[in-house]
Amino acid sequence: MLTLTGVGKRYPTGDRALTDIELSLPKGQVMALIGPSGAGKSTLIRCVNRLVEPTQGSIRLEDAELTTLSGNRLRQARRSMGMIFQEYALVDRLTVMENVLSGQLGYVGFWRSFLRRYPQEAVAEAFRLLERVGLPHAIDKRADALSGGQRQRVGIARALLQSPKLLLVDEPTASLDPKTSRQIMRLIRELCAERELAAIINIHDVALAKQFADRIVGLRAGEIVFDGKPCELTSEILTTIYGEEDWDTSPESAESDDVQTVGDTFTSQPYAAHTQRPLASVASGGAL
Amino acid sequence: MPVSTTPQGAPLWQRRTTRAQWLQYAAWLLGISLFLLCWKVISDNTMWVFVEDAGRQGSDLISRMMPPRWEYASVLWKPMWDTLNIATLGTVLGIAMAFPVAFLAARNTTPHPLVRSLALTVIVSSRSINSLIWAMLLVTILGPGVLAGIIAIALRSIGFVGKLLYEAIEEIHPTPVEAISATGASRLQVMNYGVLPQVMPAFAGISVYRWDINIRESTVLGLVGAGGIGLQLNASINSLAWNQVSVIFVMIFATVLVSEWVSARVRHAII
Repeated sequence: MLTLTGVGKRYPTGDRALTDIELSLPKGQVMALIGPSGAGKSTLIRCVNRLVEPTQGSIRLEDAELTTLSGNRLRQARRSMGMIFQEYALVDRLTVMENVLSGQLGYVGFWRSFLRRYPQEAVAEAFRLLERVGLPHAIDKRADALSGGQRQRVGIARALLQSPKLLLVDEPTASLDPKTSRQIMRLIRELCAERELAAIINIHDVALAKQFADRIVGLRAGEIVFDGKPCELTSEILTTIYGEEDWDTSPESAESDDVQTVGDTFTSQPYAAHTQRPLASVASGGAL
Repeated sequence: MPVSTTPQGAPLWQRRTTRAQWLQYAAWLLGISLFLLCWKVISDNTMWVFVEDAGRQGSDLISRMMPPRWEYASVLWKPMWDTLNIATLGTVLGIAMAFPVAFLAARNTTPHPLVRSLALTVIVSSRSINSLIWAMLLVTILGPGVLAGIIAIALRSIGFVGKLLYEAIEEIHPTPVEAISATGASRLQVMNYGVLPQVMPAFAGISVYRWDINIRESTVLGLVGAGGIGLQLNASINSLAWNQVSVIFVMIFATVLVSEWVSARVRHAII
């Protein structure tokens, strides 16, 4: 349904954020995009809805070429791609209902949206969605009166009110506690199944990615270095994506090992090699 | 780098390098010398004979102001009302013009860099001319009266409100704007949903603050014939009726006090 061919992005500063991305996402598939900070995950999903302009390649959504669109055509294409953000990106001073209804902005004209006179079906759908994400009581609250998890639910409802075919999700759990993170991921997963939505989810938490995604793509320095099922993601592959690290999650014995490492790094530093520490000489009355 | 090493090999850190430290001393010396020089020039150009009896002149003036001629106040209600109207209508007109200009001038909402520089020019030219000078110009064009005062206040307010508002627009959080754009909203809808709610508190605060300033400014516009209580002030000073001048001062003081209180209340209610 979504196909990226040879997509590249070079920022005006000369930094290459993405190189030759080949990716194809079938209908209804939930894909997790993992990789270290600065690998280009955010850039990649923003290239899809053109919040960032790709400098190379083609991106097609159901046979429509996205990279060349402008004006009204771009607005129409954006309607079919819902986006969910790390810091929720709600408008704090608007109410929950207004925030959800802003998902309809691509469908209604300026004056209707200015006067907040949305079509009745859209309002009814907004009520249904708020019910579905578990916030029917918060409709009249201002967005900044909600907790992090609740705000993210509003963000999800807003994205779904666009009746999208694709969800672009940028670090949905990075600002949430572990329990809320799991609830939010489960909610996104369920909604994708209910509505047969494809989703690209940028995520730092590898365990969450493995649990909730159908497919995992690893990005490193702007290039895809892994593309496979969650069960294929081994320690070696994590090392290729993120770099050398001990991926074993069993508790480490801090006592012996760590003291040893601290000592090692100390002796490898040049000035610690002096037998006398600088302040020790002051303390003993010696002149510097 | 202010990091060096002692002969013993211990690293040393200072806030500045020796060179930078000496340069700083030199700059201070230069600054103080300049200040003393200016002091000398001013003192040489002052006629100390006049300054010496300043105290006597001052007390003489105050004694002529006392007691205020309170019955003069009955003449002042109408001009005072005019003054308030000049300030309020001028502020409303100024805000109405400054609002679009600010959106055109802010880096993140302007449609084109050329439009931006045009909007900035409007703001700068409005700001660079004092409302008293605007009033002088407008009195020669429109003739004396309240209308000239209103437009003078409005023209001066465009720059003030426009500048502060466009700075507020440039400081908004970009993510809600991104999110609204991602829904497929048009430019105007992005302004309405993503930008406007974020700058509303600043906008309200700036407007009330400008109204507050304009009340004070409109009291002097009459000096050049642009209506309001300044006309009476000018007339009283010219006829050496100092006991009327003091009534006007008291009246202006009371009005400014009230406007200060009102704007504080309004600002508190909005933000």
